[in-house]
Amino acid sequence: MEKTWNNKAWFLVLPVLVLVAFSAVIPLMTVVNYSVQDTFGNNQFFWAGTDWFVEILTSPRFWDALWRNLVFSAVILAIEVPLGILIALNMPKHGPGVPVCLVLMALPLLIPWNVVGTIWQVFGRVDIGLLGYFLNSLGISYNYTQNTAHAWATVIVMDVWHWTSLVVLLCYAGLVSIPDAYYQAARIDGASRWSVFRHIQLPKMKRVLLIAVLLRFMDSFMIYTEPFVVTGGGPGNSTTFLSIDLVKMAIGQFDLGPAAAMSIIYFLIILLMSWVFYTVMTQSDAEQS
Amino acid sequence: MARISLEHIRHAYSPRAKAAGDYALKEVHHEWEDGGAYALLGPSGCGKTTLLNIISGLLQPSDGRILFDGKDVTQLSTEERNIAQVFQFPVVYDTMTVFDNLAFPLRNRKVPEAEVEKRVNEILEMTDLAGMAKRRAQRLTADQKQKISLGRGLVRANVNAILFDEPLTVIDPHMKWVLRSQLKRLHRQSRFTMVYVTHDQTEALTFADKVVVMHDGQIVQIGTPAELFERPSHTFVGYFIGSPGMNFMPASVDGAMARVGDQTIALANAPALKGEGRIELGIRPEFIKLGRDGMPVTVNKVEDIGRQKIVRATFCGQPLSIVLAEDDDIPTDAKVSFDQHAIGIFSDSWRVENQSSGQGG
Ligand SMILES: Nc1ncnc2c1ncn2[C@@H]1O[C@H](COP(=O)(O)OP(=O)(O)O)[C@@H](O)[C@H]1O
Ligand SMILES: [Mg+2]
Repeated sequence: MEKTWNNKAWFLVLPVLVLVAFSAVIPLMTVVNYSVQDTFGNNQFFWAGTDWFVEILTSPRFWDALWRNLVFSAVILAIEVPLGILIALNMPKHGPGVPVCLVLMALPLLIPWNVVGTIWQVFGRVDIGLLGYFLNSLGISYNYTQNTAHAWATVIVMDVWHWTSLVVLLCYAGLVSIPDAYYQAARIDGASRWSVFRHIQLPKMKRVLLIAVLLRFMDSFMIYTEPFVVTGGGPGNSTTFLSIDLVKMAIGQFDLGPAAAMSIIYFLIILLMSWVFYTVMTQSDAEQS
Repeated sequence: MARISLEHIRHAYSPRAKAAGDYALKEVHHEWEDGGAYALLGPSGCGKTTLLNIISGLLQPSDGRILFDGKDVTQLSTEERNIAQVFQFPVVYDTMTVFDNLAFPLRNRKVPEAEVEKRVNEILEMTDLAGMAKRRAQRLTADQKQKISLGRGLVRANVNAILFDEPLTVIDPHMKWVLRSQLKRLHRQSRFTMVYVTHDQTEALTFADKVVVMHDGQIVQIGTPAELFERPSHTFVGYFIGSPGMNFMPASVDGAMARVGDQTIALANAPALKGEGRIELGIRPEFIKLGRDGMPVTVNKVEDIGRQKIVRATFCGQPLSIVLAEDDDIPTDAKVSFDQHAIGIFSDSWRVENQSSGQGG
């Protein structure tokens, strides 16, 4: 059949283009606009060029937040991925246990971020929180509002509690797609438990695992609500991650220019990281095929 | 290598099974002789895979015992039973090279690397995969996968038995023939007990010394291909072996005389009928003569299949297939006669022995 060129097609995609323009392009351009200007209110703007970018990139505050955020992401990935795999491997594959496990696993994922934050904020409180009170009555002087290590531990445990399920569910989906014949063949071949994992289960989970890592990385890199609700970024700045810092700057101090510049840098970092992951993923796919 | 005895094996996939119909294996009591080459033949769903998995220990039977050379192995694991099995669904470890795939069962058993090398190279040669030994086992064609799967079953020395579960289903006919003769050769050399599952009768008849026919969760007959053809012990074997299958027609028997419709047919011997049962007379299409003498028959259709002709006819209101040589002609107003010695009498689907042979005389 011959292709017919018809400009009506543009007309049909127009609503989507408009939607994208309003929801993504225009806000982004506004941010770009702010990032290169200075304002003293009254809607008066002065050209600032790359000043704000230089300021952000040379400020220790930004680098500290970035570093903290990278450490946080690395730690939660290092815990959630192995833990998620371990749980997925031990979930039943047949029988009435399956729906029960799936519902239990999905539960944390269904709770809104700020509620998760509130739950842990209360849970960890020294005066009324189950965890905080219990730990202190055991003689462990746990206090996440004053001790940096405790604040970190609380935020990390909270994230693990909230998001490990995602890794579990993705891995489980990979695992149940393995035909029984593979396990039977492995038994006939005398394969050890480790060999079964290494040569049968891991290869089947590889793709979903990469997706899980990507999602967990991006999400933890942009984490805001939960630590904000629990620690408010403290004590001091010890749990002030990039997005918390950004909000402090933009809304707390109303430094729109630097905040906009930081948003753009932040956005570029995430874009870069996603690209790296994407490349790794497609490369391992190419290797596979 | 071992003699494998199955003692009153029954298996149901549901623990709540009660009625005979709930059992995937109804009752199997059978001995596989040491060094025998068996074909396990039966239609899809009759329990062949279930039986193999019970022998290899992948499945615990609901009832019964399994003995290897007289030693009870029912509780032993697959590993301890030392059995090789090739599955219907090809399994390839695609993280490894083709060579490593074949070496896997040996390395897991700590076979010295020099020995591994030697065995694997033999198998690579045999399965015609030598050219791709160093390749990652990815993006293979279905028949390459099946060959690797088959190779992993054959690579081990000193196994008690090798079980093949329809191992050549997706391989093209020529390669199938080559591999099957390789398997036969391997059997002659190694004298492993081999059980080869198939639902293809030609495959079964060419591979095995003994064919075990299964039907609906039980073994209905064990015999050489000739025995299955000449003396099927169950109507199912009659239908399933031979093409076209055996003719069966309701009959009544009085001494050494059978009646079908309004025709009386003399039998070679009087069958030893016990009690009441649904009686059928069976005769293979190859043992029916079409000529000027005999009983009336209506010829409906003649199919020419090269060296032979298949005549589809109606006899006493029953369909009847007759196989004739290519140059036999079919007289108008033809009559049929049955070869007396080829007639079998079946009661409730099971063959009835003759009175003389039934009494051991
Ligand atoms: N894992 C299973 N769970 C429940 N029923 C099964 C299972 N595997 C096989 N069956 C049933 O057992 C019967 C025999 O199956 P199978 O041994 O696979 O037959 P075959 O290999 O001869 O085709 C079939 O009716 C099948 O539906
Ligand atoms: Mg089967």
